[in-house]
Amino acid sequence: MNRAILSAVCVAAGVGAAAAAEVAPKDVQYGEYGAVEQSLTGQPGDAAAGRKVVGSKSLGNCVACHKISELIDDVPFHGEIGPPLDGAADRWSEAQLRGIVANAKMTFPESMMPSFYKTTGYIRPGKGFTGKAAQEPLPPLLTAQQIEDVVAYLMTLKYE
Amino acid sequence: MMTTSLKTMICTAAMLTLGAGAAAAQTDEKLVVNGETEITTQAPAPAHLDGALDTIYSGWEFRSPATREVQMDDFDNPGMIFVDQARQVWNTADGSEGKSCASCHDDPAQSMKGVRAVYPKWNEDAQEVRTLEMQINDCRTNRMGAEAWGYTDKGMTSMVALISLQSRGMPVNVAIDGPAQSTWEKGKELYYTRTGQLELSCANCHEDHYGDMIRADHLSQGQINGFPVYRLKNAKLNAVHSRFKGCVRDTRAETYKPGSPEFVALELYVASRGNGLDVEAPSVRN
Repeated sequence: MNRAILSAVCVAAGVGAAAAAEVAPKDVQYGEYGAVEQSLTGQPGDAAAGRKVVGSKSLGNCVACHKISELIDDVPFHGEIGPPLDGAADRWSEAQLRGIVANAKMTFPESMMPSFYKTTGYIRPGKGFTGKAAQEPLPPLLTAQQIEDVVAYLMTLKYE
Repeated sequence: MMTTSLKTMICTAAMLTLGAGAAAAQTDEKLVVNGETEITTQAPAPAHLDGALDTIYSGWEFRSPATREVQMDDFDNPGMIFVDQARQVWNTADGSEGKSCASCHDDPAQSMKGVRAVYPKWNEDAQEVRTLEMQINDCRTNRMGAEAWGYTDKGMTSMVALISLQSRGMPVNVAIDGPAQSTWEKGKELYYTRTGQLELSCANCHEDHYGDMIRADHLSQGQINGFPVYRLKNAKLNAVHSRFKGCVRDTRAETYKPGSPEFVALELYVASRGNGLDVEAPSVRN
């Protein structure tokens, strides 16, 4: 019985620690030029998982607008709205990429790119793709973990 | 690091500018229907666009050669089936007054010639800008004593197609001044408003990025001179407001309703961006 209580306390503490480590969308600290230094999860992202988010239509669907040569054999038809992401890690730091993925408008104020980690401040927010009204705060387009996974994947995109 | 970041930003901005400025002809092919009706599918942008676009292009120019070809012969164009259905309805009495469209308007080839090209249009009696759909329902309820049709019902869209066909090959020329101006301004504001969780305006895709691919889709200027449009995707005629609704929905926004004052205003504004392109209805797109 003592052991059971101890376990329960430990689990609760663990959950508490994880929740405390995750940065909520409204608490993200953007630098003057839009970079986000602190990991949103406090843990390294998983580049393989990020690659799935980037290519999946129901998740990030980054390829709708950005070409990534490395991915095109697995996921065809990349868009040309935004700049190609080949060599992204040569041009941007991890903090800059995190800032752009979370909310690109903090780096490029006029950007067409959706804000993937933002929950309020929308005009006529809808419930997903239903066309019906939704109340803010909305669930962010990607979770903190998915953002970190995408950033980890983008950091693998190097020319050399 | 800051210098690098600035440089990258400048490069990105330059690339975006190049993309938006690449306004070469979308296709050199000419749209001629049934070997006789020449359709203007590109024209100088109307003055009110104030340089936002140099040239306006029909959506026809952005489609594949196979899709473009379907519109070149009325026997191939599935949209004509719905026009033929509407022609039957035109001549059939409905409602308490025992009247058909033909009772007052006789042959649409004469009475409706040029109508589509100037709609939406200010209606002095009603003191509002009206779409063809609104005018059709006014006739049905007030003159025929018949039930109003649903704004995007099949019968309504087919009737709009029959009426629009009578202006095929005539340039769109909607009025944006005088009493229509405030509605037009409202439509313009909606066009540039970034809605929904994706925060996208009409202009983001159809002014800044026409000609570019978004995933596997080739973005057009979103011109509506071809409406109603037969889409291969859903195998039916589509009304302008249905298309607006689909686009707004895809920004993860709460849509406006077909026939709402917002969409009427948006239709007037978007139609005015195509002043100079010819009416194509019923057009064919993917």
